[in-house]
Amino acid sequence: MELDSLYQEIILDHYKHPRGKGLLEQPLGSAHHINPTCGDEITVQVSRDANGGLQIGYDGQGCSISQASASVLTELLTGHTVAESQKAREAFIELMHAQGLSEPDEEVLGDAVAFAGVAKFPARVKCALLAWMALQDAEIKAGLLSKGEGS
Amino acid sequence: MFDVQAVKADFPILATTVHGGQPLVYLDSGATSQKPRFVLDVERAYYEQANAAVHRGAHALAEAATEAFEQARKGIAQFVGAQAQDLVFTKNATESLNLAAYAFSNATAIAQWDPASVDSRFVLKPGDSMVVTEMEHHSNLVPWQELCRKTGATLRWIPLTEEGRLDLSGLDSIIDESTRVVSVVHQSNILGTVNPVRLIMDRAHAVGAIGVVDACQSIPHMPVDVHEVGADLLAWSGHKMLGPTGIGCLWGTTDVLSSMSPFLSGGSMIEMVQMDGSTFAAPPQRFEAGTPVVAQAVALNAAVTYLQALGMADVAAHEHALAGYALEGLSRLDGVRVIGPLSNVDRGSAISFVVEGLHPHDVGQVLDSRGVAVRVGHHCAWPTCRRFGVPSTTRLSPYIYNDESDIDAALEGILAAQSYFGVK
Repeated sequence: MELDSLYQEIILDHYKHPRGKGLLEQPLGSAHHINPTCGDEITVQVSRDANGGLQIGYDGQGCSISQASASVLTELLTGHTVAESQKAREAFIELMHAQGLSEPDEEVLGDAVAFAGVAKFPARVKCALLAWMALQDAEIKAGLLSKGEGS
Repeated sequence: MFDVQAVKADFPILATTVHGGQPLVYLDSGATSQKPRFVLDVERAYYEQANAAVHRGAHALAEAATEAFEQARKGIAQFVGAQAQDLVFTKNATESLNLAAYAFSNATAIAQWDPASVDSRFVLKPGDSMVVTEMEHHSNLVPWQELCRKTGATLRWIPLTEEGRLDLSGLDSIIDESTRVVSVVHQSNILGTVNPVRLIMDRAHAVGAIGVVDACQSIPHMPVDVHEVGADLLAWSGHKMLGPTGIGCLWGTTDVLSSMSPFLSGGSMIEMVQMDGSTFAAPPQRFEAGTPVVAQAVALNAAVTYLQALGMADVAAHEHALAGYALEGLSRLDGVRVIGPLSNVDRGSAISFVVEGLHPHDVGQVLDSRGVAVRVGHHCAWPTCRRFGVPSTTRLSPYIYNDESDIDAALEGILAAQSYFGVK
């Protein structure tokens, strides 16, 4: 098996040097998600910046895939709108369920395209999705997204 | 001592390769064991030659199936020094333990309306306590937590030492006059620790409590005699001891089993049914509602035959030697910390460890890419992980078909993981 197709350089870089890690001082919404099969945990928080864009904070412990995913997501979506985060989330979920066959849109997903290889490792898809699903939950709790709008 | 290479050759799956030609090194027998050809052949032969509904029907196949099923019960019971009538078949060990816990909650519920029909040893009330350990598998923890929620009883637990053994210094106050049931694991699936269950069962009986032992990780790996363990109820699974999935066992003393309320009810478990109520069969049938696990029992009996041919004392000696080899090898690796006893005394061959700077999922992934199958995660013992301040561990759990070269492959894989992630 090709380990490098799972552990892309970008993923390892985000794992070793996480971007934007830490919790917000005054979150509008906060969600704590766990992966019950391996015990990984993540807290994702959202707020609005002065221009109305998303502010994202997170903290957690877990494997390289789950932690890098949180870092990539935070870097990608900070300052963006909720609609943009929703669009990226839908694209990311689709990528995770494509079994490595889909051609990801780098304009929507940025560094998250590096996770395309994860889709070939079913046991790791949950790790990659953990932070994304927590973000959606945090947006709902903050009242930025209604439940029906979730991916 | 048996020939490990000859044993290995009995397991078809161990000759397969994974990930494009990597020979399989299977070190996850604590999760489930592989199955020898003999067991697979016996299960197939049952379906080809004897399959029918048991305990009913007046035809030749029904008789052959019933005979095979009850012979299996006898063989499996004898394997643990027990009588056939004291052995209940379930679908897995989790069901066995739930069956035990529900004997209490059902008796407690029934006692509100009909106290004369239940045994008061199983009727719980607020102020009563039950005792487990801090190293239980979730299957021997959550059912008792649920029983507390239903009855108002309180859950207590025996804490662990830094080395991963039971801290028995407070045993007499943890198990006291309020204690009604004590349920402890014989051999920890995550730490490998073998617990002094006899001592704990004796204390349970001294205060009049029912004693339960989770023997999932002991019966496949060492000689176990139910009378030496001293429990009232003993639960284990078939698939971890070369048998098929879909079968678990619950052994109980005749006295305790015959005093227990049924768990699942319906066909096959009754004595007499009328529209206004029913009476129940004697154990073990009382606890085997519906079509029982016939083919699984026949195949599990074949697994027992296979293990007996190797000799359980030799199985234990083989694993003891492998555990010593693995502990020594792990101790030589920088940044690797074993979670559980470091000394190869009163411990089995399941060995958990963490690698500094690496998450177990990533360690397991690198090992898998080299064909080495290990378990990563909290091993359904989340509180135990918390006790040792780790979210999860990587676990090696060898069995009769593993040798030192398999341990070497795992050790080399750990070095490869450290190198791949640049933590060394």
